Amino acid sequence: MEPTAPAIEVVGLTKRYGERLAVDGISLSVGVGEVFGLLGPNGAGKTTTVEILEGYRQPDSGSVRVLGLDPSRDAKVLHPQIGVMLQEGGLYPGVKPLEVLQLFASYYDNADDPERLLQLVGLDDARKTLVRRLSGGQCQRLSLALALIGRPRLVFLDEPTAGMDPRARATTWQLVRELRDDGVTIVLTTHAMDEAEHICDRVAIVDHGRIVAAGSPMELTERVGHEEISFNAAAGLDRRRLGDALGLVGDAVAEIRPGDYVIAAASTPTLLADLTAWLRDEDISLGDLRTGRRSLEEVFLRMTSEGRPQQGRRPEDQQA
Amino acid sequence: MRRASLSAQARVEMLLTVRRSESMLVTLGIPLGILVFFAEFDGVSSVKNPVDFLVPGILALAVMSTAMVSLGIATGYERRYGVLKRLGSTPLSRGGLLTAKTMNVLVIEVLQAVLIVATGVALGWKLTAGIMAAIPLLLIGTVAFAGIGMLLAGTLRAEANLAVANGLYLVLLFLGGMAYPLSRLPAGVRFFAELLPAAALSQTVRGVLQSNPSLPLRSFAVLVVWAVAAPLLAIHFFRWEE
Repeated sequence: MEPTAPAIEVVGLTKRYGERLAVDGISLSVGVGEVFGLLGPNGAGKTTTVEILEGYRQPDSGSVRVLGLDPSRDAKVLHPQIGVMLQEGGLYPGVKPLEVLQLFASYYDNADDPERLLQLVGLDDARKTLVRRLSGGQCQRLSLALALIGRPRLVFLDEPTAGMDPRARATTWQLVRELRDDGVTIVLTTHAMDEAEHICDRVAIVDHGRIVAAGSPMELTERVGHEEISFNAAAGLDRRRLGDALGLVGDAVAEIRPGDYVIAAASTPTLLADLTAWLRDEDISLGDLRTGRRSLEEVFLRMTSEGRPQQGRRPEDQQA
Repeated sequence: MRRASLSAQARVEMLLTVRRSESMLVTLGIPLGILVFFAEFDGVSSVKNPVDFLVPGILALAVMSTAMVSLGIATGYERRYGVLKRLGSTPLSRGGLLTAKTMNVLVIEVLQAVLIVATGVALGWKLTAGIMAAIPLLLIGTVAFAGIGMLLAGTLRAEANLAVANGLYLVLLFLGGMAYPLSRLPAGVRFFAELLPAAALSQTVRGVLQSNPSLPLRSFAVLVVWAVAAPLLAIHFFRWEE
């Protein structure tokens, strides 16, 4: 593999489960040493995509190269080079953390030190506890350690911090940054926006098996976010009438969550005055008013079906 | 196959087996319990020398409990917990995993055989050279029962697998000519029982261990068919994820 070749190259990937199209034409490219995040609501196709890259599933169509290899046909060559953290499970309930780390270390030619990894993920205290007695967060940390034991060049983390307490999350984020500094490529899925904002170099927002937006977290929040007002009031306001009152067209007012509204317009003094005047006329009390750049979470809610219960206007396909 | 990973995998498989006390009960407790109980209480098995009848049957029972019940239930739960899936993206090959599991089964079976033979001898059974002929039969039986165990483990939900494996164990124990002779069964049931792997194994092992050894060919054929068919079905139908 040439040094400039991407770690992952996916073109036109599709995967169908019966009637349902789980992955609907995803294309993406992940550079060596990049932290790449797949964001999306549950059932968006993130895990299916990742499991195709890991070699667990065969795509129906499209081409997939991982470290220059075909993940299912070249599994023998690929598997020693990757580390995998499944969304759930994967641990023998009847073993202790150090035992399973030692076991996994035996699979690799140049494995890391099990003791070192145990400390790195903060499971030193739990070394003598059977896996079945570990908390959910501890199991996640053990799975993370197992993903790293073979000193992989490429790591897949499927919802790595789900169920972790804030400190374990921070430790995990720190670990991911250190791995990146060592030149390791990381692909993770998450629906925690702050996670993506903190650790991902690039993210792709996935919904209904398609990439609906892609770029660095900064680009995404800037692209869609620099001109808007968000406020909080009673749920179910008449958004069209509010839009009319503000002199805005179409669906400029969105309710991204019950009671959370976003107005896609520059926050001019006139517009703010019109907004508060309308609320006064309608006798609606204002909970919270913000102007300025949107967080990635708002971008996410805006771009995916989670934030669009009303009608299904699908954003155009974009390539990551 | 890397030596280090094979021995590490076999070690963990053994550790897991020893830590599952219920599995030790099935593999050691029940066979030895039946041997002692039926040998000591004459008349239950209604044969002249109960221990001569029992030792071959209990050896077959031991193989069934380890290769079918213990292996199958453990594998079913590994599938449920995503362990098999997780191993699928490591450099450990399927062959390596299967080899480690086989080694584990064989170690337990050797332990069982030693304890059963020793208990039998203590109860008055005479160890003969026929034991050398019994070993390959027990190995063929292991393949047959492991095939059944893995077929169930790879197709059923973990709880259903647990129930079916234990239920099948009881049925095959009753119809297996292990604790009492097949001749005590009604003719129709007996005909059916003789087509099952449990009776086939106990009859052939008993045949080669008796004072004038002989191999019952029909039972042997039944055993071989199971040893070929069950693993093939397991390979075909086994799903790595529940």
